[in-house]
Amino acid sequence: METALIQMIDIKKSFNGNPVLNGVNLSIFQGQITTIIGKSGTGKSVLLRHIIGLLHQDAGELLLNGVSSGRMNHSSRHAFQKHMAYMFQDNALFDFLTVFENVALPLSEKRIKPLVIKERVGQQLFLLGLEGIDHQYPSQLSGGMRKRVAMARALITNPKIVLFDEPTTGLDPIRKNSVHSMIAHYQAQFGFTAIIVSHDIPDIFDISQHVAMLDKGKIIIQGKSDEVRHSQNPLVQSFIRGEDISSGETTHRIRKHQ
Amino acid sequence: MKPLLIGIGAGTIHRIEGLGRLCIFLFNGLKQLFVFPLQAGKILDQVRFIGAKSMFVIVLTALFTGMVLGLQGYHTLVQFGSEAALGSAVALTLIRELGPVLTAIMVTARAGSAMAAELGVMRISEQIDALYTMDINPVRFTFSPRLAAGVISFPLLTALFDVIGIFGGYVSGVLFLDISKATYMDKVIRSIHMSDIYEGFIKAVVFSFVVITICCFRGYYAHMNTDQAKGAKGVSNATTTAVVNACIMILVADYIITYFTV
Repeated sequence: METALIQMIDIKKSFNGNPVLNGVNLSIFQGQITTIIGKSGTGKSVLLRHIIGLLHQDAGELLLNGVSSGRMNHSSRHAFQKHMAYMFQDNALFDFLTVFENVALPLSEKRIKPLVIKERVGQQLFLLGLEGIDHQYPSQLSGGMRKRVAMARALITNPKIVLFDEPTTGLDPIRKNSVHSMIAHYQAQFGFTAIIVSHDIPDIFDISQHVAMLDKGKIIIQGKSDEVRHSQNPLVQSFIRGEDISSGETTHRIRKHQ
Repeated sequence: MKPLLIGIGAGTIHRIEGLGRLCIFLFNGLKQLFVFPLQAGKILDQVRFIGAKSMFVIVLTALFTGMVLGLQGYHTLVQFGSEAALGSAVALTLIRELGPVLTAIMVTARAGSAMAAELGVMRISEQIDALYTMDINPVRFTFSPRLAAGVISFPLLTALFDVIGIFGGYVSGVLFLDISKATYMDKVIRSIHMSDIYEGFIKAVVFSFVVITICCFRGYYAHMNTDQAKGAKGVSNATTTAVVNACIMILVADYIITYFTV
């Protein structure tokens, strides 16, 4: 049986007494694209933030390479985390830095020679179709370009694990497909482990090997992409079809009625 | 009665936690100053922002402060026939007290508020979280260069304030009133001792720690303010609190240093 690279066991997290994660059990496998789907506000981003270390669980265990993060000393946890990258939902680009400086930041803060940085950033910008805009500031770019700059920054260090928090939010269908293709392409090329939080149904099933669905702070289903896609679970099927079963009224019926 | 006690207890715990967080923040910022590679470029950028860009406002404030001191001092001293001591009064007041205090308050208003707002925006737009995910120490990136630049800039700005302030006293005492140029300058030179200058510089360095630490801390933790305000409101609260706290702490620190050095 395949061992999980990252495993969450009964993870619980509350904010001001409001439970967000209510006993999450999730396995992430090495070299695969795992996508977490679920309605807005179910705690998907909170879950990602636990994996990267921006949040710490109130209860439960997070296993990194089979070792509980709580039992890891600072340097082991740091050694694991430095191979991770995170692409934020709102990009989190530095508005006072140019595109070049933003993408170069993870390298320039380390002891890497400027010439090497210039070469690697130039290559990364070229690969993501961002050549010629390296002296512009994020505020001068379109939403799609900003997403690509954020992706370039996330991938510049050749991370082993990349976390994407809704990487296609606010993009048109063409750009959305292009971002999905880029993730799939780079994952196949570099072999990193990707964890994506997304609402892009059904596109996400085509690029993911593993899919999990979060509902009311719990993973209600996880497995291979096709297994989840064709699951008989009514919650999963209603989400895939864009239906709101809690009100007993489907969104497509409303549209039809209108 | 019980809810009141719970409120007092929770408020006390929150403030003690905040104080602890502030101490850890300052300690980490100081420690990161000595971690290689040194951030010379960023420190110089901040010296330009905190120091060079504050010069105009410091010159203007110092000139009018010196002129007012000259004017008020003259009309007070003349009643005792001691108007010749105007130079001493202006110089000592500026070097030991007003120079460091007003410089720190003006830099808080100009650069401190901007630092709190900038870090607050970085916090709410997840840029500080992004630094963490890129394996960059956020305290090193945001706070340490500003702290170093503050320690360099404050004494220099204070020295500028003192010189311009003494010139302001000269303008109102010598040019507008009837003090002789030689008397004024002689009293200035004779009354100042190195201990007065040291005291002024000690205050400037302490105030730099106070101002930069409080302003950066408030911005850095803009999401953790007591009234739970988030977003733009959180940044606005952080900026206001930073300026008010820094100004009060400047005056408190001034009293403590004066108490031990006078």
